[in-house]
Amino acid sequence: MAEVIDALLRCVAVVAVFMVFPLVVGQMEHKAMAHMQSRVGPMKAGGFHGWAQLVADGVKFVQKESIVPTAADRKVFELAPAVALVPYLLAMLAIPLGPFFGQGNLIGQDLDLGLFFVLAAMSVGVLGTLMGGLGSGNKYSYIGGMRVAAQLMSYELPMVLAAASVAMAAGTLSLVGIANEWEPWWLVAQLPGMVVFFVAGLAELQRPPFDAPLADAELVMGPLTEYGGMRFAMFLLAEYAGIVVLAALTTVLYLGGWAGPFSDDIGWLWTLVKVMAVSFLVIWARVAYPRLREDQVNSLAWKVLVPVALAQITLTTVLVVA
Amino acid sequence: MTYGKGLLQGLAVTWRNLTRRSVTAHYPDVQPDLPPRSRGVIALQEENCTSCMLCARECPSWCITIDSHKETIPATTEGGRDRSQNVLDTFDIDYSLCMYCSICIEVCPFDALHWSPEFAYAEGDIVDLTHDMNRLREWMWTVPAPQALDPGAEPAKELSAWQAKQAAEDAE
Ligand code: SF4
Ligand code: SF4
Repeated sequence: MAEVIDALLRCVAVVAVFMVFPLVVGQMEHKAMAHMQSRVGPMKAGGFHGWAQLVADGVKFVQKESIVPTAADRKVFELAPAVALVPYLLAMLAIPLGPFFGQGNLIGQDLDLGLFFVLAAMSVGVLGTLMGGLGSGNKYSYIGGMRVAAQLMSYELPMVLAAASVAMAAGTLSLVGIANEWEPWWLVAQLPGMVVFFVAGLAELQRPPFDAPLADAELVMGPLTEYGGMRFAMFLLAEYAGIVVLAALTTVLYLGGWAGPFSDDIGWLWTLVKVMAVSFLVIWARVAYPRLREDQVNSLAWKVLVPVALAQITLTTVLVVA
Repeated sequence: MTYGKGLLQGLAVTWRNLTRRSVTAHYPDVQPDLPPRSRGVIALQEENCTSCMLCARECPSWCITIDSHKETIPATTEGGRDRSQNVLDTFDIDYSLCMYCSICIEVCPFDALHWSPEFAYAEGDIVDLTHDMNRLREWMWTVPAPQALDPGAEPAKELSAWQAKQAAEDAE
């Protein structure tokens, strides 16, 4: 009985985090992006500096009609948003938040293969966008879907290589294990890997400047062209959940997770602070950089990120063996 | 070392903006701080207008409609001559056509037209943007007193013309 309650509690907690964090990041994006462009962003909804803007958006999305184009592949089209969203929920299950006032580690489920699991889940999430692109029966969506596929193939490799380098250094695939093994000098030794991982993660989430598949000016949001209402909202939520997962992974793998003063008590806070800082970087990149052209997207992956990731792995091997 | 410089500049520019105050004007919570001589709406001092039609004829977009009739003012003295006077019936400005060029105001010889800084007269239907003389007269109350020139501005044409004339007369 106690086990069931424990499992239920963990699930509820993970779902709560899943519902709240992407919204917080979304709100941060609204506000940070606005101020970076000398604007103020939402000010009305909720009264104080538009804090309820995303809630209002959500209410609006719920009210919208749900349309499936006649040319669309109905099943694929309807399933795509769920395929995009659910994997990130699963990924959050396996990401540790850190010690909570000496109560052990805050985590949905500590998996031995945590890193592998999370990376796999992130790639499945991208498949949702791909399905949306190919199932919409729309040429813009189709081209977008093709770009998603190309991008997924290109960036999967450097991302996994970079993550493998950390796993090798820590000697474990468990996320808790990796964060426990982390030492400050990794910040330098694993820096190229971290950059590769972060950039590849951005590309995999199709966040600007890697949003060539969405490219609203040329492809009219690509795979999302035909989506509206709740389904579109699910894609949006998936995007922000993706940011949270990417930021959390970067934190756990490269920034030491909950490492920091008094980490036995407030380790979880340190993780949150770092996650928010990395999320801010994601937003900053969106505001500061223009979109990469499709060929630039791919040449960046194959000509820069893959070699750097390989070099990082070599370096890590030398350091581990030495 | 030019490679990657643009990347850093992008971050620098956005960070600078983030740390500075935004430039957003919070209208309607805060009323805008309009510069002097703002062209908000054209006000009509109906009493000054002689229905001379100059403004209507000069208006490039033909958005002023004037209609008037003559009224006779009986002679005040015995055997004197009756005088006639134009009385406005209609003076409409169609703000859906007006391009705020100020030509009508420049051309009016009797100072009947003035710029008012009022700008909030949007309507739900485009035909409602035609305002009649009663409305234009009401806007007269919002016309500010003549405002001082900006520092460094060239002096008013009337003034410089008058000074030139004085100088020419002195020289004679
Ligand atoms: S401002 Fe120009 S366009 Fe408008 S009514 Fe006067 S003359 Fe016509
Ligand atoms: S130019 Fe002046 S006086 Fe003549 S009709 Fe127009 S507003 Fe009246």
